[in-house]
Amino acid sequence: MSAILVLDDITVSFDGFKALDRLYLAVDEGELRCIIGPNGAGKTTMMDVVTGKTRPDKGKALFRQEVNLAMLSEAEIAREGIGRKFQKPTVFEQLSVMENLELALSGPRGILRALRFRPSPREKERMEEVLATVGLLESGERSAGELSHGQKQWLEIGMLLAQEPGILLLDEPVAGMTDAETAKTAELFRSLAGKHTLVVVEHDMDFVAALGGKVTVMAEGRVLSEGSLAEVQADERVIESYLGR
Amino acid sequence: MPEALSQLPSRKTIRHFLSWFAGISMVLVPLLRLLPETTFLHPSDYTVTWLGKIICYMVLALSLDLVWGLAGILSLGHGLFFALGGYAFGMYLMRSIGRDGVYQSDLPDFMVFLDWKELPWYWTGTQHFAWAAILAIALPSAVAFVFGFFAFRSRIKGVYFSIITQALTFAAMLLFFRNETGFGGNNGFTDFKRILGYDITAPTTRTILFMLSAILLSAALWGSSLLARTRFGRILTAVRDAEARLRFCGYEPLGFKLAIWTLSAGLAGLAGALYVPQVGIINPSEMSAANSIEVAIWVAVGGRGSLVGPLAGAGIVNVGKSWLTATVPDLWLYALGFLFILVTLFLPHGVVGLVGRLSSSRSTPGGKA
Ligand SMILES: Nc1ncnc2c1ncn2[C@@H]1O[C@H](COP(=O)(O)OP(=O)(O)O)[C@@H](O)[C@H]1O
Ligand SMILES: [Mg+2]
Repeated sequence: MSAILVLDDITVSFDGFKALDRLYLAVDEGELRCIIGPNGAGKTTMMDVVTGKTRPDKGKALFRQEVNLAMLSEAEIAREGIGRKFQKPTVFEQLSVMENLELALSGPRGILRALRFRPSPREKERMEEVLATVGLLESGERSAGELSHGQKQWLEIGMLLAQEPGILLLDEPVAGMTDAETAKTAELFRSLAGKHTLVVVEHDMDFVAALGGKVTVMAEGRVLSEGSLAEVQADERVIESYLGR
Repeated sequence: MPEALSQLPSRKTIRHFLSWFAGISMVLVPLLRLLPETTFLHPSDYTVTWLGKIICYMVLALSLDLVWGLAGILSLGHGLFFALGGYAFGMYLMRSIGRDGVYQSDLPDFMVFLDWKELPWYWTGTQHFAWAAILAIALPSAVAFVFGFFAFRSRIKGVYFSIITQALTFAAMLLFFRNETGFGGNNGFTDFKRILGYDITAPTTRTILFMLSAILLSAALWGSSLLARTRFGRILTAVRDAEARLRFCGYEPLGFKLAIWTLSAGLAGLAGALYVPQVGIINPSEMSAANSIEVAIWVAVGGRGSLVGPLAGAGIVNVGKSWLTATVPDLWLYALGFLFILVTLFLPHGVVGLVGRLSSSRSTPGGKA
């Protein structure tokens, strides 16, 4: 398998403080990768670098081996096929659930196209499909602002799916979800893996265990350990810096 | 709160509003104008001009709603675009005076007074109505485009953006106050005589200018309502709600913001161009900071984002202003400030939101009010 995303020697500092310190991370195509680590480890900053929100001081971020992410704007990176879910659920609250999905729908992003755009029957079908997948079939016409916290999380995941990215970056996707919702989310992610590549940042160890993929432990802006959940849990350095606290 | 979805009225509401508005302004008023002047029902020249002026203000309010209501970009400098349109068209009106000015020169009086021998280069072609009309849209649009490009590209937002627009209009006012700028200094342009060869104060000319204003308002409202319902309109809402999210969906907000911002400025300019021949004067005070703030108050009072609300707001505030400044002029600014506070505290969706709430609670008792 080939790496779809490679972060090589990435350093990001904020006023001298190194949020990422020579970070190396490679994610394979179709993988379901979990990133764990204490607060402040740099997990969100890593996603900021990949999505163009933060520019690294040093290092390279390569997508599909050839796209240099440091050269692109946030929107260009998204159009290349990198989708992102924010740590705090972010949806367009004044629009309906359906309109949220419609904006996310993959396709041209220009102004003139936006003036003429009407969803095709196939696109409508696709949106219904996504709604069903994220369990919001009944809420299509509701305004996104009215949804519960968990439902907003789902809607944002749905928007990612509608965008059909090659890789999905999910920052704490089950925060604020009930146990049942969390279990459903784990199931959804597992079903997406293979066809999509998923990078999931999460604190909830049960959720990470349920996902069952490879785990990367970050601390102080670096990769501390990598392997199966059982392997990293047995790693001395990890126990010391994170799990043991 | 179920009133979240959007403040945008339905197509049906817009159609209703437009048919009433068009019926009154394009049929009823012109017909009444045909009555003999002595009849009680005959609207006087003063009334028609006053109404025409308020309609121009309504178009200005609508133009601000396009950026503030739809995209959340609060401009406190829209008076500048309105004034630029007015000045651009005013150049044509000045040229149309011909040799009938005080100095009986081909040059506008203020240039003779400054002892200028010829027109500055930027007055070229302004003797043509069509060129002046194009300028009235193109000039404010161009200024808005350049300003917007740098402001939006630097991701200047919210209150910072609003303050810079205030500074922009203030700077322009200082520039236009200078005689050397070539726009008549603090007197601006006035004493117009003709438009397209017709006497500018003739009753028929006034009626036609009034009707043109009404047509502009109708077309602009209709177009805005269509625009707001496209994906473009929804993208503007998304800019207002969560611009960063929009970027990560693959859209560049810059282009969308710039497009609506430029369009809005052009519309404001057109409103200014129709305003000047009706009120008969344009001077730099139109660019004062307070003027632009007042426009934002019209929109807030009417209900931002609702397209028709700002029209109502412009109407209500200006009728109130005409009445108060005639009876107790000193009270006007206090009244305006009080109104603004009242609306901010109790009517977040303005007068239109209040009307909507009242009518929906009547039709569905105990419903989703
Ligand atoms: N924009 C910023 N300015 C200054 N410091 C920041 C900024 N973003 C993140 N940091 C700091 O970088 C470190 C890593 O943060 P973050 O990536 O959010 O951690 P995590 O997501 O792993 O909890 C934290 O100490 C945080 O305070
Ligand atoms: Mg984080």
